[in-house]
Amino acid sequence: MPPSAEARARWMSALAQAEPAAVEAAWARLDPEPPYRLLRAAETGLVMVRGRAGGTGIPFNLGEMTVTRCSVTLDDGRVGHAFVPGRDRRHAERAAALDALLQDEAVRAGLERLVIEPLLAARRRREQAARARVAGTKVEFFTMVRGEE
Amino acid sequence: MRAGFVDPVFESQRVFRGVLAAMSEPGRVVSLEARPVAPGPLHPATVAIALALVDLETPIWLDDAAATAETVAHLRFHCGCPIVDEPARARFAVIADPDRMPEIGAFDAGTDEYPDRSATLIVQTRDLIAGSGRRLSGPGIATEARLSAQALPPRFWEAMRANHARFPRGIDVLLTAGVSLVALPRTTWVEG
Repeated sequence: MPPSAEARARWMSALAQAEPAAVEAAWARLDPEPPYRLLRAAETGLVMVRGRAGGTGIPFNLGEMTVTRCSVTLDDGRVGHAFVPGRDRRHAERAAALDALLQDEAVRAGLERLVIEPLLAARRRREQAARARVAGTKVEFFTMVRGEE
Repeated sequence: MRAGFVDPVFESQRVFRGVLAAMSEPGRVVSLEARPVAPGPLHPATVAIALALVDLETPIWLDDAAATAETVAHLRFHCGCPIVDEPARARFAVIADPDRMPEIGAFDAGTDEYPDRSATLIVQTRDLIAGSGRRLSGPGIATEARLSAQALPPRFWEAMRANHARFPRGIDVLLTAGVSLVALPRTTWVEG
């Protein structure tokens, strides 16, 4: 059974937003190292990030970001894709290979535990640390209503 | 799914150079240096041209013989191109079975104001041999060139003459066989 789109989005996001070194370390823990072939070697380009004011407004272009993408295939024909921020080609390649491996139900649970959950935990820690760091300089803005009437 | 070019930048530049050479000397057999993996019914030269020239801005049309699931997946992934059902909407067309190719009028021949906005047909043949066969003349050919292309029906050559007659409008044709390529732009006059 193929994975649900949400499940796949979750691990692709975890792999993409992880530190490249953490993905490489997770890959090194796989034994034996799974073989894969490159479909499209890692290449770096720009994607336009779009946003909506307030989350619901008219879409606007926020700016371009550097992204590296890669696609690989396994011997059984499964294809894995990765789009990762930055220009770390190895990160993209490993993330694509893990995406392909994770589509196999037989190994998914094990890989989720071994690779994805630690990456997500590390990401939560990074985000919490960032929040704690900026919380000290938080300022509340408000606008006085002018009494012109 | 199979890989595309091993070295996308340099290989697509070499293929572009090969197509340029073929287009500037109609009837000359150009051997493309890039030999990408070719899915199903496609020849390596056909795939190389597609990988180098076809992208998201150039809709492609495939005839029934070319439009296998493998080919469609390969072109979608590596070229990112839209695949259209109507020959008239295509910028590129791949014809793997010339016996059943649509009438030449089915493809976009551009307009008198913009004759360059026309379709390019990639027609697969079995063999391309220069020096004997049909007589070609026109720009890029000093006196005359001769070309023998296997497995092209007589009506293909009639269509080439009709195509030449509506200059500046018209389509351009790239004949491929294996890794070889011959261009028949709309300016080329075919006899015999």
